Amino acid sequence: MAPVGRIETASPGRLRGSVALLRRKVPVSVAFGVFWLAAMVVIALFADYLRPYDITAMDLTSRLSSPGAFKHWLGTDELGRDVLSRLVQSIRVSLIIAFGATILSAVFGTTLGFAAARFRGVVEHLVLVLADFQAALPFLIMSLAVLAFFGSSMVLLVCLMGFYGWERYARIARGLAISAGGQGYAAAVVQLGATPARVYLRHILPNVASTLIVSMTLTFPEIILMESGLSFLGLGVQPPETSLGNMVGFGREYLTRAPWIMLAPAAVIMLTTLSISLVGDWLRDKLDPTLR
Amino acid sequence: MNPLIEADDLVRIYETRRGLFGGASPVRAVDGVSLAVMPGETLGIVGESGSGKSTLGRMLLGIDPARAGEVRFSGSPMPKSGTAEWRALRAKMQLVYQDPLAALDRRLTIATQIGEPLEIHRLVQKEHRAARVAELMAAVGLRPDQAGRFPHELSGGQRQRAVIARALASRPKLLVCDEPVSALDVSIQAQVVNVLRDLQEQNGIAMVFISHDLKVVRNIADRVAVMYLGRIVEEASSDVIFQSPQHPYTSALISSVPVPGKPPEGRMILQGEPPNPADRPSGCAFHPRCPLARDICRTSVPALRQIGSGRTAACHVVAGETASVERLRKRA
Repeated sequence: MAPVGRIETASPGRLRGSVALLRRKVPVSVAFGVFWLAAMVVIALFADYLRPYDITAMDLTSRLSSPGAFKHWLGTDELGRDVLSRLVQSIRVSLIIAFGATILSAVFGTTLGFAAARFRGVVEHLVLVLADFQAALPFLIMSLAVLAFFGSSMVLLVCLMGFYGWERYARIARGLAISAGGQGYAAAVVQLGATPARVYLRHILPNVASTLIVSMTLTFPEIILMESGLSFLGLGVQPPETSLGNMVGFGREYLTRAPWIMLAPAAVIMLTTLSISLVGDWLRDKLDPTLR
Repeated sequence: MNPLIEADDLVRIYETRRGLFGGASPVRAVDGVSLAVMPGETLGIVGESGSGKSTLGRMLLGIDPARAGEVRFSGSPMPKSGTAEWRALRAKMQLVYQDPLAALDRRLTIATQIGEPLEIHRLVQKEHRAARVAELMAAVGLRPDQAGRFPHELSGGQRQRAVIARALASRPKLLVCDEPVSALDVSIQAQVVNVLRDLQEQNGIAMVFISHDLKVVRNIADRVAVMYLGRIVEEASSDVIFQSPQHPYTSALISSVPVPGKPPEGRMILQGEPPNPADRPSGCAFHPRCPLARDICRTSVPALRQIGSGRTAACHVVAGETASVERLRKRA
């Protein structure tokens, strides 16, 4: 806070100027999205310090107390556990799963897609067969089987979710890389003597990144919902550990008597996915110099 | 002096499929072309669209593989496309494209792109790279303040200058220009051609200049090869070929160039379209459109032969073979 105060006293005009500049450059919705995502990341990082109570601490005298109470801002659930504390922990868990899985599937899928576009022939067929297999397989059933066999753990969950959606990246990356290879700029760089790695990473990837980013903004909410679904079925995050989907699932039973148990995590899911798509769209436009 | 680049009987065949179940029919895009370019020399290649000019240019650079024949650069055969040796050779030979906007990466500034060959071939130390890029930009006539621009922020002529600067960055010995000015405004064409010619003279670069525009070729080329349906039909020095074309196709092409201030006199208008390369006419490929065609032209393919000092043509009539054949027929 101190540096902000110093600027304010030193030159109020300049601060107002820079705020106005920021407002002109960034639309309000995007500013909100960035702010929300930053807040989520901060909460996830400092969850241990932000939680007012332990997530399993039960306050049996004030069970199902409504939000706004002095002791429990967001109320308590049926066992008297603090909803705010559980929400903070849920944000951490769900964010790790969603970000980890989105990045995993994007990197894995894009790599395979580029490999297919680069080598064609057998490699391409293999990648496409795998992608078709992945698309045809009911993902929920596969995850059920895997989780039932190996038991649920955080690493396994992230890997499993990362597997979800990679085939979309593979297809998109392959198609875009093939069409980019046919376009002049990639052929021109090849003709300059560039190695394939340089052509793909330095030229093709930035040129196709916008489509991949949009695809990531679509996968992110899907993964959060997928995790919610699995947790709801009792195969995702195991109690007493908690996640956003897990909270929504268990809060459902008290929907009429204590809606706050479910509404708080549901609102977080909604606002986070909204922010992701707002910021993703904005980022895509910013990364394209021809749209500036 | 040995030629910088030599092509020996090059053949390139494309397979085209007709319809869903139709068999593949071969198209001989380049059909037995031989040529040689000396260091510092400019060879113009002219012909209608579809005559195989661009394919020939790509084969000279080793981008397209040859079905038969061989390309030799400085006496050694061209390595296979995509190999490390082929990539290393790119520093010596470069291509200037027809469409500069497509040839440039729209997400990188032109200074970055002009400096890219230096980075790829590790030619200039990192700290001297900016100076070399500035030097190249000045050489092609780009302002220093345009260094940070993106390709779409430049005009067509400026983009082509940037492409030329990038091609010259590694100080190549050979430059293949594939229709470098045909996408540009006429007033810009002359500027870009002058830039190319000046840089070529200063640096002693050999150039293969592919164009369908005879005026431009006449302006820049020392020697001209005329292509028709994948074959060279006439080759001679630029002055000679424009003053006294021998092959009927060359004469038709040259008579089609309008001369300012003169009515289009003696214009030879070709009948019909260029034939389908997948269905090449028998004998001389030009005979269905040739005003001088004889019987022999329909049956026998004319070979490229010497018809004067330093000039060759592939035509039965020019070589005087028809006369002897007709004499033989009369006697029989």
